[in-house]
Amino acid sequence: MIGRALGAAIAIILLAGGVGWMLTSPEPLPASAVEGPPGDPERGALVFAAAGCASCHVAPDTDIGEAPLLAGGMAFDSPFGTFHAPNISPSPQGVGDWSDAEIMDAVMRGVSPSGAHYYPALPYAAYAMADPQDMRDLVAHLRTLPPSSQENLPHEVPFPFSIRRGVGLWKALNLRQAWVIEDDLPETAARGRYLAEALGHCGECHTPRGPLGGLDHAQWLGGAPNPSGDGRIPNITPGGLKWSEGEIAYYLGTGFTPEFDTAGGEMAAVVSELAKLPDEDRAAIAAYLKAVPAIEPAAE
Amino acid sequence: MTRSFRLLAGSLVIAALAPMALAQGLDPERAQSLREGHMKLMGLNIGMLGAMAKEEQPYDAEMAAAAAGNLAALGSIDQRFYWVEGSSSEDLEESRALPAIWENMDDFNSKTEALHEAAMKMEEAAGTDLASLQAAMGPLGEACGSCHEDYRKPEE
Repeated sequence: MIGRALGAAIAIILLAGGVGWMLTSPEPLPASAVEGPPGDPERGALVFAAAGCASCHVAPDTDIGEAPLLAGGMAFDSPFGTFHAPNISPSPQGVGDWSDAEIMDAVMRGVSPSGAHYYPALPYAAYAMADPQDMRDLVAHLRTLPPSSQENLPHEVPFPFSIRRGVGLWKALNLRQAWVIEDDLPETAARGRYLAEALGHCGECHTPRGPLGGLDHAQWLGGAPNPSGDGRIPNITPGGLKWSEGEIAYYLGTGFTPEFDTAGGEMAAVVSELAKLPDEDRAAIAAYLKAVPAIEPAAE
Repeated sequence: MTRSFRLLAGSLVIAALAPMALAQGLDPERAQSLREGHMKLMGLNIGMLGAMAKEEQPYDAEMAAAAAGNLAALGSIDQRFYWVEGSSSEDLEESRALPAIWENMDDFNSKTEALHEAAMKMEEAAGTDLASLQAAMGPLGEACGSCHEDYRKPEE
């Protein structure tokens, strides 16, 4: 009797372990997503700007400019530890020796060439929704940027978050397979949704997170505490942001608010990258922000 | 010791001590409030230019040139007396000036100078035509933002 119960318990543990192992195993992109026409570096420059890659991966205290040195090294504090942006320049220390598919797996699935999980400080949960052709263009552009021989800094992440396998569970909960705003949107707002939800990953800062670090979709873009500890990242739903579409688009291109104050903090770098996009793209983001459900400031 | 030497020595001592005395003598709260005034004056003039750039106001070459001239003049002001020790966001509740300013004064000054240059470019552009004014707004905003990015505390 005891023997049978013990056997069942062991079987359950093994089964749970097996399911857990499967659930947490890194999953690269399907081949169908990776294959396609070769990337166009010029188009990729716009994808690169829209995705804000340089804002985090540029060497600390350097300007992004036209051809940024993506040496990494910036530190990002979070409740789970401090992450250091890696070198993603086309060099042996960066991603120069990686295949296009390996870079796309990293960006869209958070999977390293050796098959390990990346921490979601890299917003792959958002990039998962990117158009694979945009990603091929992005990779082509990345390969035109200057190389850096900077070695990567290790993350400072305490146990249990130091177990990367656990990120697999996080992905099962958070890797996006659909738009957050699922409604049928007019063409302009739909383009804005693509830019804001997938490439621009606005939600990463403007949406509050749950206890496991996943974005709370019920509070989408409703504002969140600033991870730096200073103040709050603003609510940019119609409940918090009362600017007109034109005012939002102008802000995204120049950094000027309707009162002609300017963007500061991390948003200044976001704006200087969004300024590189065509006017229609900034107007599209503004249209999308007007289509997002209003989160009332009291609910923040 | 000749009289002229004494005079020279005396004035050297005064010259060496004066900036220190001035910097220490300025009340941080007053410095903070005065430099906020400087920012507001810049904001007023950028607002005039911006309203035309966004075509909320009809373009007027003379008004635009005046606003841009003011902005360039404000940008040319030597700001060393504004940024006294003890007036950062850590020291004063009203202040949004991050302590990083005092840790990176050279970089801070170069960003101030970059704004001055953007303002001078705006001065050339604003009186020319609307398209030139509109094109100069981006670099101007970029210059404002690059300093606010590193050195201004986010709003509460």
